[in-house]
Parts: sequence; C-alpha cells; structure tokens
Amino acid sequence: MNARLEILAGILGAAVLVLLAYAAPWLRFVLTIALAKGIMVLGILLLLRAGQVSFGHAMYVAIAAYSVAFIAPHMREALLLLPLAAVISAAAGLLIGLFVMRYREIFFGMLNLALSMVFYSLLEKLYTVTHGTDGIRLPVPTFLGRELAGASYEWAVFALALVLAACFAVVVRIYLAAPLGQALAGIKTREARLEFMGVPGRFVLLAAYVLSALMAGCGGTIIALTSRHVTPALAYWTASGELVFIAILGGAGSVLGAFLGAVVYELTRVYAAANLADAWQLILGSVLLLVILFAPGGLFGIAQGLLRRRKAA
Amino acid sequence: MSVLLSAQDLRLAFGGVKAADGINLDVMEREFLAIIGPNGAGKTTFINMTTGHLTPQGGSIRYEGKELLGMKPRAIVRLGIARSFQLPQLFTEHTVLENAAMAVAAREGAFSPFRPLLRPAFREEAEDLLNRFGLLPAADRRADALNEGTRKLTDIAMAVAMKPKLLLMDEPTSGVAAADKMAVVETLARVLRDAGVTAVFVEHDMDVVGRIADRVAVWGQGRIAALGPPGQILNDPVVQREVIGIRAGEVPHAAA
Ligand SMILES: Nc1ncnc2c1ncn2[C@@H]1O[C@H](COP(=O)(O)OP(=O)(O)OP(=O)(O)O)[C@@H](O)[C@H]1O
Ligand SMILES: [Mg+2]
Repeated sequence: MNARLEILAGILGAAVLVLLAYAAPWLRFVLTIALAKGIMVLGILLLLRAGQVSFGHAMYVAIAAYSVAFIAPHMREALLLLPLAAVISAAAGLLIGLFVMRYREIFFGMLNLALSMVFYSLLEKLYTVTHGTDGIRLPVPTFLGRELAGASYEWAVFALALVLAACFAVVVRIYLAAPLGQALAGIKTREARLEFMGVPGRFVLLAAYVLSALMAGCGGTIIALTSRHVTPALAYWTASGELVFIAILGGAGSVLGAFLGAVVYELTRVYAAANLADAWQLILGSVLLLVILFAPGGLFGIAQGLLRRRKAA
Repeated sequence: MSVLLSAQDLRLAFGGVKAADGINLDVMEREFLAIIGPNGAGKTTFINMTTGHLTPQGGSIRYEGKELLGMKPRAIVRLGIARSFQLPQLFTEHTVLENAAMAVAAREGAFSPFRPLLRPAFREEAEDLLNRFGLLPAADRRADALNEGTRKLTDIAMAVAMKPKLLLMDEPTSGVAAADKMAVVETLARVLRDAGVTAVFVEHDMDVVGRIADRVAVWGQGRIAALGPPGQILNDPVVQREVIGIRAGEVPHAAA
C-alpha cells in the first residue's frame, strides 16, 4: 500500500472512530481503550520486526498507569501527567533494556515475561503502597487547568488518545523506513552482518525497545485517565499476551493494522463479554487460529487483499 | 610499499584441529593477495581472526601498527577493514538495493531514526554500486530469492560499499556462474584498484588467482606452506599436486 493511500485510510479510520464515539456514547470509553492498546501494539510491532516477541510489555503499561496514580493526587493536569508517566516508562525501558538486550527470541520473550511477573507481584504484595489488588482510584484530572466532567472529560481523553495514536502512527511509519528501523529486520535475519558493518545490533534493538516502552507508557496513561482506577491486573501476563494477540490479529507488518486489530478486538470483547461471557476465550482462540492459518497478514492484510481485488476487477 | 596488515605467530586450535599453527604474514599496502589451499586448511579462520570474529590463542595482528586482537568486529570495521563471506550474509527480508543501502548507511554512520534508508543520496550510491557489479536487474528482488552467484556478488558489493582500506573476501567467485566469473572478477579488480583498496581473498579458481593476484599464499594445516608471485607459486609442482590437484571435484564445506 503506498503512503498516500495509507494516510487516507488512516484519516478515514479516525473519522469513523469519531463518528462511532459520537453516535454511541458508551462506545467512547471502549474506543479510547482500543486506541490506547493500538499505541501499545505499535511497540510490539517494532520488536516483532526484529523477530523478538515480548511477553511482558504490559509491565510498561502498568508502570505508567501507576505513575499517574501516584502523581495525580499532587498534580492533576493530564497534559503533564502524560509526558511524566511516558518518560518514567521509557526510562524503565532503557534500564531493563540494557539488561534484556543480551538475549534473543525465546529468552528475550521469557525474560520480559519474568520481569513483568515480578513487577505484578510487587504491585499485588506491597499493599501499603499500592493497595494490592484493590488498586488505586484517581482523582479527576484537569485538562489545561480546566475541570471537566462527564461527557466532556470522556471526549477530552478520547481526543488525546486519537492525537497520540496519529502521532505515533506517523513516527513509527517514518522510523521503520529509516536505517534504524530497517536494521530491525536485519537483527532478525543477519545480526552478525550488522556487526560486520560496524552497527551494534544491541543498540538498534535497544532504541526500538525504549521507543516501545515509551508508547506502552502513553497507552498506560490513557488507560489510567479513562478508567481512573489502576490495578495490578494491568501488568498481568495475559495483558501482555493480549498485545501480542492484537499485533498478530491486526497484521504484524503494518502501523494501521495495529489500530484496526485493537478496535476489532475491543469491540468483539465488549460484545462477547455482554452476550457470550462463557465463550469469549473460545472465540479468542479460534480467531487467532484462523488468522495464523489463513491470513498471516492479519486483518490489515485481508483489507489490502480486498482492495487489490477491487482494483483488479 | 609499506606493510598494512601484519600477522605474527597466530595460533588457534579447535580441540585437536590446528586451524592456525603459527601464521606469519605481511600484507602490503594496495596489493592483491590470494590465499589458496585445501579445505580445512584454516583460510577462513585467518579472515575470522583478522575481523574479530575469532580470537586467536596466541600471536598478534597489527593493522597500520595498531593491535587488532581483543577488538570487537565493529571496532575493526571502523578502522577500515571490511569483509565478505564464504556463505553470503545478507539481510534476507530486504531487497538487494536495500542491502546495499544499509551498508552505505552503516558506513556513513547514518543510523538516523527519521530519515528514510532509501533517501536519494543513499539510493543513488547503492544503485551505482550495484550497476558496477551488474546487479541492477536484481535490485528490487528480495535477497532470499536470489541464486547463489547473485547472493555472493551482493555480499561483496556490501563489503565494497563500506569503502574499506583493506578488504578480506572469502571465496568471492564460488557460486558465480563460470560464464560470468571472469567478467565479474575483472570488474571487481578494477573497482578495488581504482579505490586503492588492499585485498586479501581466498580463492579456489587458479585462473582467477593468476589473473588478478599480486602474490599468492598457500595455506596448509594452519600454516603458510608457500608465498610468492603467482607465476612462481602456481607453477610449483608441489603446490600443483597438493593444492590444485586436490581441488578437483571437491565440495567446499560450510564455515562462514
Ligand atoms: N568455529 C569453529 N569451531 C570448531 N572448528 C572450527 C571452527 N572454525 C573452523 N574450524 C575447523 O578449523 C579448520 C579450519 O577451518 P577453516 O574454515 O578455516 O578452513 P578453510 O581453509 O576456510 O576451508 P574451506 O576451503 O573448506 O573453506 C577446519 O578443520 C574446521 O573444521
Ligand atoms: Mg573457508
């Protein structure tokens, strides 16, 4: 898909989301969450490019969400909470990244998982600080100093999520076309060659890892702002698995796929939770199976295929 | 002419196998030095030690007077030493053009996050490079869809893109179709001579050696058995029997 078409599709998608959020107010919350997850999935996408799967990325989501929860009682401005939490998350990504960069593939995945589980138990066990599984409730943040409530607050968070999503989509798209992003696939296929060209593979991966932690942090902030309640479940391994799931569902190769996947996933989840509570896991598993077997390009790949057939016809 | 690379008493054994058993070799500035020898003689091992891929158990390698031992491959590359591989090491999810552009970007230190890899300057240089190797028709093909010869050439082109002062090539012509071989070799030699590059290359084709080498080193069981101009070495009856004779019908085994 060429760049102009992709931009067009992105704008169109954003417009559809706004319309949906307008038409069905209860969807506003769901779509905000979907956008937040889409932003997180962009980070997974970067790592997938390098052939690495992190099964612990929800940790960075939780780090940011808890940062918001800890800071909010002292300073409630959403537009300051966001960069603060994102930077804390990215700094954690840098610190942990320096360590996990030595590992690849299954070890990389498992190490991320292990660290996220340690973090999860800390959140759960340090009751005096984190209130354990009860979690922490947030005061209502302000936007540019303005107290918002009800629908206008929801709209504000939704708009923030949409703007962030658009910005990161563009950033990641540009990043992936640049040498630093292109070298990610080089890590997957021939890391030794990178070294023999004078390019440190670990640095290439670390840069992507920190960017992914930053995006997970932004996603986590949106989650905290919109649900206004953070719990250790944010860091649980199923939350990390969900991100990988969405990445594959949407189409591991594309920026728009991340958001397509996230929106479809969230809508299905909400629908299924309401109507087919018992069958939800079954649906999830079956869909993943079908995607892997029949549409390795994910939903985005399917959409592209349809478009191409249209053009050919 | 001055010495560019100087190896002294290099030793490396893998278990009982002595892959380097006291290698002494001076490579002169701007010369083309061919390394010949039977399979398992330690030719690739020598290149691996020089580029930091393997660490010898003893000896020293000096490049422009600077000790290379203990340096990482990356650091050695920055001194102006590049290599190509016996088994091509390409980025298989990238096209030939992208592979070349990656090497150009790496040389420029331009691992920028926000400007495209295929920016006009890099694309032009990569295309120009591919053109010189006759690779332009394959520029947009993915590296995992190439035949052996094209992969080999791409691998060499990537090394040349680094604009090295010293280029080490491991069997640059193996896998290149016999009909194209001489043309490719002539082109390569011209490109390198024009750029004033010093080249060390492992080669099994004696015609190629005779055509472009200034000197020939004969490897045998981790040692240099003979060293001299091609006219002398290639006509030496011992070398003819032990190296050139043995080669007929041999299948090169993998050791990248
Ligand atoms: N990393 C390694 N581990 C163990 N043994 C090795 C290793 N690298 C090389 N060897 C052994 O050292 C010896 C020399 O190998 P090398 O690859 O240098 O030979 P070569 O001269 O390049 O042969 P060819 O012409 O087949 O490429 C061989 O016996 C090989 O099996
Ligand atoms: Mg060899």
